[in-house]
Amino acid sequence: MTTDLVDLEADLLARSTSAADTGVLEAIRLECLGKAGAISALLKSLGSMSPDERKVQGPAINGLRDRVASAIAARKAELEAAELNAKLAAGRLDLSLPAPARRRGSVHPTMQVMDEMIAIFAELGFSLAEGPDIEDDFHNFTALNFPPKHPAREMHDTFFLKPGPDGERKLLRTHTSPVQVRTMQRTNSPPGASWIAAGQAPPIRIISPGRTYRMDSDATHTPMFHQIEGLVIDRDIHMGHLKWTLDQFIARFFELESVVTRFRPHHFPFTEPSAEMDVQCDTSGGEVRIGQGTEWSEIVGCGMVHPNVLRNCGIDPDEWQGFAFGFGVDRLGRLKYGMPDLRDMFASDTRWLAHYGFSAFAAPSTASGLS
Amino acid sequence: MKFTLSWLKEHLETEASVAEVVAAMTMAGLEVEHVEDPASKLAAFSVAKIIEAVQHPNADRLRVCQVDTVDGRKEIVCGAPNARAGLTTIYAPLGTYIPGSGITLEPRAVRGVVSNGMLCSAAELETAEESDGILELADTLAVGASASEALVLEAVIDFEVTPNRPDWLGVVGIARDLSAAGLGVLKDPAVAATPGVFPCPIDIRLTAPDACPAFAGRLIRGIKNGPSPAWLQQRLKAVGLRSINALVDVTNLITHDRARPLHVYDAALIAGGFIEARLGREGEQVPALDGKTYVVTPEICVIADSSGAIGLGGVMGGSSTGCSEATTEVFIESAWFDPIRTAQTGRDTGINSDAQYRFARGVDPLSLVPGIELATKLVLELCGGEASDIVFAGETPPVRGAVAFDPAYVRRLSGLDIAEDRIWSILGALGFERRGALLQPPSWRPDVDGKADLVEEVARIAGFDALPAEPLPASPRATGGVLTPRQSRIRAARRALAAAGYQETICWSFTARSTAALFGGGGESLVLANPIAADLDCMRPSGLPGLIEAVGRNARRGFPDCALFEIGPVFAGDQPGDQRTAITAVLAPHGPRRWDGGASDDLFTLKADLMALLDELGAPTANLQVVQDGGPGWWRPGRYARLQLGPKAVIAAFGEIHPTILKALDTPGPVYAFEIWVEAIPEAKKKAVKTKPALTLSPLMPLTRDFAFVVARDRPAGELIRAVQSADRVLIAGARVFDVYEGPGVEEGNKSVAVEVTIQPRDKTLTDAEIEALSAKIIAAAAKSAGATLRS
Repeated sequence: MTTDLVDLEADLLARSTSAADTGVLEAIRLECLGKAGAISALLKSLGSMSPDERKVQGPAINGLRDRVASAIAARKAELEAAELNAKLAAGRLDLSLPAPARRRGSVHPTMQVMDEMIAIFAELGFSLAEGPDIEDDFHNFTALNFPPKHPAREMHDTFFLKPGPDGERKLLRTHTSPVQVRTMQRTNSPPGASWIAAGQAPPIRIISPGRTYRMDSDATHTPMFHQIEGLVIDRDIHMGHLKWTLDQFIARFFELESVVTRFRPHHFPFTEPSAEMDVQCDTSGGEVRIGQGTEWSEIVGCGMVHPNVLRNCGIDPDEWQGFAFGFGVDRLGRLKYGMPDLRDMFASDTRWLAHYGFSAFAAPSTASGLS
Repeated sequence: MKFTLSWLKEHLETEASVAEVVAAMTMAGLEVEHVEDPASKLAAFSVAKIIEAVQHPNADRLRVCQVDTVDGRKEIVCGAPNARAGLTTIYAPLGTYIPGSGITLEPRAVRGVVSNGMLCSAAELETAEESDGILELADTLAVGASASEALVLEAVIDFEVTPNRPDWLGVVGIARDLSAAGLGVLKDPAVAATPGVFPCPIDIRLTAPDACPAFAGRLIRGIKNGPSPAWLQQRLKAVGLRSINALVDVTNLITHDRARPLHVYDAALIAGGFIEARLGREGEQVPALDGKTYVVTPEICVIADSSGAIGLGGVMGGSSTGCSEATTEVFIESAWFDPIRTAQTGRDTGINSDAQYRFARGVDPLSLVPGIELATKLVLELCGGEASDIVFAGETPPVRGAVAFDPAYVRRLSGLDIAEDRIWSILGALGFERRGALLQPPSWRPDVDGKADLVEEVARIAGFDALPAEPLPASPRATGGVLTPRQSRIRAARRALAAAGYQETICWSFTARSTAALFGGGGESLVLANPIAADLDCMRPSGLPGLIEAVGRNARRGFPDCALFEIGPVFAGDQPGDQRTAITAVLAPHGPRRWDGGASDDLFTLKADLMALLDELGAPTANLQVVQDGGPGWWRPGRYARLQLGPKAVIAAFGEIHPTILKALDTPGPVYAFEIWVEAIPEAKKKAVKTKPALTLSPLMPLTRDFAFVVARDRPAGELIRAVQSADRVLIAGARVFDVYEGPGVEEGNKSVAVEVTIQPRDKTLTDAEIEALSAKIIAAAAKSAGATLRS
C-alpha cells in the first residue's frame, strides 16, 4: 500500500471516529464514498490499471473502502444512540403529578339492599311484580280488607290527591300490597301499561318492590320509603312455610349462621293470623349488632292472607291459601349498614352517597355472596 | 294505653311479676312500648328513721343525724330544715345514684363531719317536680322497707292497642287474655245490680238511632261530690290521668277498667227534664269540657236538652252541665255511639278523647247496663245518695254472629299441632261459646268474622313459638332468571352509570307544584290534598328538578362538582298508565383545575355517557334520530336534543338546563342532564336459542379517507354523517367527524366539517379506480342529502 493510501485512511478514520454529529459524519462519507468521493475515484481508477498493478492496488483500495465504511457506520450508530438518549432524557415526565380526576360513582344503599333482597328471593323462586305509586282506594285498602272509614286506615297516614272531576280520591300507595291485589285479581281490562302486574292464576310466588308513602317524618320515618312485599299462594301453604321463608331470608341477608328470631302476634287487616318477626340484636354500643345481645328489633310484618282478601280478588279461600310479608327496605338497610338517620337517605349529599354507597361492581351474585 | 300491676290484679289472680306480664302480653299480641318501673330506679332507696338530730358543729344550716337504716345506725349530715328526731324518711346508702340531682354518693366529710349516706326529698327521687325538705312518711312504716313500696309507686306498663281489639282498651280485657295464656285466674267481672228506689225523672229521647241506637241513664240524688279517695287518685295518676272530682273520676276509672265510657251530668243543670241524642243542627255550638266551643254539623251526634246541644255524643261532654263539688244530683249516661260517625267526629273536631277513641273502635254493645251498675256502686260508695231506676232507651246494637269452625283448620292454616281439647279451652277462656258446629264470639269482639280469626286466637294463645319451620315446596318457576327484560335493564343501568362515575341518589316522588310547573307538570290531578310540606305538594313530572336541586344543595355546602343519577317513577297523570320509569342523570362539572390544560367535562361528556348507556341497555342507537327543535322550556335553547325512533317513540332527551330554571332552583350552572324513559326502549324479541349470529371477520385491512365538506352553519353534522354512511352500505364501515371549522377560508354562514371515512374491503382489495369511484359516491351523497360540497 502506498503512503498516500495509508495517509488517506488514517485521516478518514480519525475524522470519522471524532465526528461531532451525524451531519459532519455524512459529509465525510460523501467526501470519500460519494459519487465524487476520494475512495470512489480510487475505485474507478482500478479500471485503467494494468492487471498486475490492479492485483496489488485492488485489494488495497477495496480494503480501504470497507474499513472506512464500517468505521463511518459504527460512528453513525454511536451518534444516533447518543441523540436518542439525549432526546429521551429531555422528555422526562414528573410522574408524581396527579392524573386527571376520574369520578367515582356509586349505587345507593337502598338500591343495593333491594338488589340483595331480590337476589335472595329469586333463589327461593319469587319473581318480581310491580304496580303504580298512585293507587285507588280499592287496591290500597278495600280489597285488602280495610273496611271503609275503619280506624285501621288511620294507621296508614295516607297521602291523598285532590279529588278528580268524578269525585274519586286517588292516593299514594301506603304499601306495595296493591301489587298483590293486581297479581291475584284477574280482570278483563288490561293493567294500563305492560310493566304493571296483571292477574294470574294460583299458584303465585312474587315479591313486589317499590316506593311507598306515609305522612311521617323523623329519624326513623320518611314520607317516602321503600318496601318489598312477598306473596305466596298455593293449596297447602301455612304459617310454618312463612316462618321458614323469613328465617331463610334473614340468615342469607345478614350472612349469619344463627340469627335468633321470634314470631309475635300482631294485627293487620289483610292477614289472619298476623305476626311480626323480631330479630335478636344488641344496641348497647350505639350501633345495632344483629345476632347478638338480648334486645329485639322488629324486622317484618307478615301473616296468612285474609280469606276476605282472597275472596275480594276472586280466589276461593277454601281451595287456596298462602302468606304475605312486608319489609321496609330502607329500614333493613339501616339495620345492616348502620346509617343513623333515615332522612339522610333522601338528602342527596354527595359525601353521604360516597360514604354509604356501593361500588358498581358489588352486584349481589350467588358466587360472590347475596348480601 | 297504660295500666299497673295492682290494677291488673283487681281482675286477675296472679303471682306474675311485671316482667312476666310484659312477656305474656307480647306473645299474646299486645305490643308493650315501654315499662316505667320506679322500683328498679329506686331499688337502693329504703325507709329510715331519724333517732337523733343535733346542730352541725361548723355549719348553721346543717344537722348531724343518727339514723336507723337498713344498714344499721348511720351518722348522716343533712341540710333539710325538717330533719328532726323521730322523722320517718327515705335513706340512700353510699354509692347510690340520686336520679333527681344526677350525682352518685361518695364518702365525703361535710365541714369536718363524714356523712355515711343521704336522706332524700321527693324531688331527689323524681316522684315530685319540687319539694321542701326531706320526705315525711308515716311512722308505721318499717325501717328497711323499699322506697317504692313506702311511696306506693308502681311499675306502669304502656302498650299499643291494635284497632281490631277495642276490648284491650280496658284492664279487664287484658286480664282475660293473660288468663287464657295461663298467667292467672280471671276474677268474675260481674257487678251486682243496685235496685232503684225512685223513678228516673230524666226522660231519654233517641232521635238519631243510626248515630246513637241505645242509651241507659240513671239519676242518683242526695250525693256529696268532692275529691276522690287516695286509692282512686293514685290509680288514675299512675296511668297519667288527672283527678277532677269523685264523680268524674269514677267515669274515667270505668273507661280504663272496662273500656266502657260513661258521662256524668249535674242533673240540676239539665234543662227541660230530658236528654236527647240527635244529630247536630247547622250552626249549633257546644261549649265543651275542654274549654273550647265547637260548631257542630248535621253529621255530628250531639246530646241536647231543652236549651239546645249540651255535649258531643261519645266524644266530649259540655261545660254547661258538668259536675262540680256543688253537684247534689248526678245523671249517669251509659250509651252506644256508632263507631264510624264517632271516628269522623273525632277527625272533624280534632278531639281524641278516651271516650271518642273507644267508641270509634267499638264498645261492647252489652256493656251499657253493667257499666251503669258499676258506676252506681262506686258513686254510692264515694258520694252517698240514692239511685233511681235505670231508664233504657233504644235497642241494644247487634253483636257479631256465630262462625262455622272446624278445629282441623287450625292445623291447615297455621301448621300448629294443637289438641282439639286445648283449642276449645283456649276459645272458651277468651269468651267464645260453642253452639253446635258454630262458635259464638263474645260481645266485646267485633273483629271476629271468620274461621281464620279463630285460628289466630288459638295460635297466639298457644304460642307462635311452637310454629314449625317448613320449607317451601319446589319453586313453580321455570329455569332461568326471574327478572323481566325491563327489570334487568333497570338493574344494568344502575350498575353502568355507577361505573361511569355517577352517584346514585333517591329524590322524593313529590316536589313543589311551582317547580313541577317549570318542568311541564303541576296539573290539578297530581296535587296532593295533604302534603307533608308545602314544597312537596305535587307528584313530579320528571326526575330533573330533584337532581338539579340536589346539585344546588351540594353547591351551597361547598361541593358543586356533582354527577348524580336516579332511577324512579315520573308522573304524567294519575292513571296507572301515566307512570313511567325515568333514568335521569345530571352532570355539574366543577372539577379541580388541571395542570395539563385538559378540558373539563362538558355536554359531550354527558352525551358519551348517555350513548354508552343506551348501547348497554340494548337500545337501537344506530337508528336513533337526534332532533334538536321544539325543545321544552327547561332546556337551554340550541343545547337540547331528543333521541327518537319516530315522533311518538322518544327514548331519551339530553342537553343543558336553561339558566333561568337553574336560577329558580338556586343552582349554579352549567348543569348538563339526560333522561331515558325505560319503557320507551323497544324490547328485543325473546329467542328460543341463546347462540349469537355467526361472526365473519374480513382478512382485508380497512383503509381511511378524509373528506372536508362545506355545509350551511345550521345544518346538523349528523345529517352529513348519515349521508356519507348511506353512500355505500357495504363498503363504508364508519364515518366520524374530526374537525369543525368556521372562519377565514370558509364562506360566511357556512362551516367546514371534516369527516374520516373508514372503508372495509369485503372480498378483495380495492383498486385506486374503485376507491376513486367510492369517493365520488360519497361526495354525491353528501351533496344530495346534506347539501354539502367538497371544500376546495
